[in-house]
Amino acid sequence: MTEFLNTPLGVLALTVAQALALLVPVLIGVAYLTWAERKVLAAMQLRRGPNVVGPFGLLQPFADAIKMLMKETIIPSGASRLLFLAAPILTFVLAMIAWAVIPVADGWAIADINVGILYLFAISSLGVYGVIIAGWASNSKYAFLGALRSAAQMVSYEVSIGFVIVTVLLCVGSLNLTEIVRAQATVWFVIPLFPMFVIFFISALAETNRAPFDLPEGESELVAGFFVEYSSMSFALFFLGEYANMILMSALATILFLGGWLPPLDIAPFNWVPSPIWFALKVAACLFVFIWARATFPRYRYDQLMRLGWKVFLPFSLLWLVLTAAVLKLTGWLPA
Amino acid sequence: MTQPLLAQYFPILVFLGIAGGIALAMVGGSILLARQKPDAEKLSAYECGFAPFDDTRRRFDVRFYLVAILFIIFDLEVAFLFPWAVTLGDIGWLGFFSMMGFLFVLTVGFIYEWRKGALDWE
Repeated sequence: MTEFLNTPLGVLALTVAQALALLVPVLIGVAYLTWAERKVLAAMQLRRGPNVVGPFGLLQPFADAIKMLMKETIIPSGASRLLFLAAPILTFVLAMIAWAVIPVADGWAIADINVGILYLFAISSLGVYGVIIAGWASNSKYAFLGALRSAAQMVSYEVSIGFVIVTVLLCVGSLNLTEIVRAQATVWFVIPLFPMFVIFFISALAETNRAPFDLPEGESELVAGFFVEYSSMSFALFFLGEYANMILMSALATILFLGGWLPPLDIAPFNWVPSPIWFALKVAACLFVFIWARATFPRYRYDQLMRLGWKVFLPFSLLWLVLTAAVLKLTGWLPA
Repeated sequence: MTQPLLAQYFPILVFLGIAGGIALAMVGGSILLARQKPDAEKLSAYECGFAPFDDTRRRFDVRFYLVAILFIIFDLEVAFLFPWAVTLGDIGWLGFFSMMGFLFVLTVGFIYEWRKGALDWE
């Protein structure tokens, strides 16, 4: 067996098995995130939510998937056909390949690359292409306006996310995601860097086009934004990509600020729980806040959104970055 | 870290293959399985019950360009900060103040943009 694993074919088989062992739970997680969102929103609005398909409506996501699969794929007559079909595939693929570097537990990152956080930053930047291509290829006014808005919004908040990540890097001294979590063994970064955690979380809401920043979709004005012309599985791929990105952003918040797989206290009842369970629990808590925000806040106006991104978050995160660097330098706490 | 550098990136390639395979299978499967019955009305671009007046791909607000340009400046700045942040412990006060000088120049530019109203959106 070990001999087989050393051959190129063995390495390939092992990597495929590892990748599937991560991607299948992620996809099931996406399916049940849509279910959980509807259930939580329903509970907050004193409704029942899906409860017909299966016990507690648990089979609802699969019923939805089969329905999507059986729908007609409509390509508008004015659309650029190839780009139109490529955009949702691109969105989905980008949302999936980012998971290659996520460490679910110590040493479990499938691709334990040195520049893990840089890779994630790059992949999440590419996400804007799926949106722009979809809006352009649809050749529909609503889709085009939605795509422009969405792209401007995503790039605006990406800058603040970048500053937040750099602040965390100052405290770690490494770009490797596993190292970032290990550096939080004494104290989770959410405590010393709390304002940056808040900025990161709100920017993550804007980056994933979630309420209260869901202007690209803006049902009341743009119908559904950049994917108004999509149907069937192409539509489902956008949906899956968006929800997978939500889980990814929650995982990133967990890794950067909430101590990744580490238990809250390294004492008896807490460290009995296996690390991946801690990781999943923290991600689930972040996702709950995503849904909670959607149930609570009204949608932002576009000028408010841009003001918040450029005039509040950007100067504030830059200032906090300089402060953190100066404090670390003066106290000599910098990692060697 | 016994693996050579490039081998570390191999799983990303595998992820790319699997994700691309799933996506293509889903779109292809739907096109094969579902009944396709297109007609001219169904394929026209979405509009509230009338034919679109003109082509979509025409002029749009210049502010979107402005945001894109500002984004490039600040994202490059972030990319420039990454190696500095990782090595700050080794490069001493000279390294620290070099970056502060750069950030100062950038902040002056940022204040200029703000005062010029480039960040306003009515």
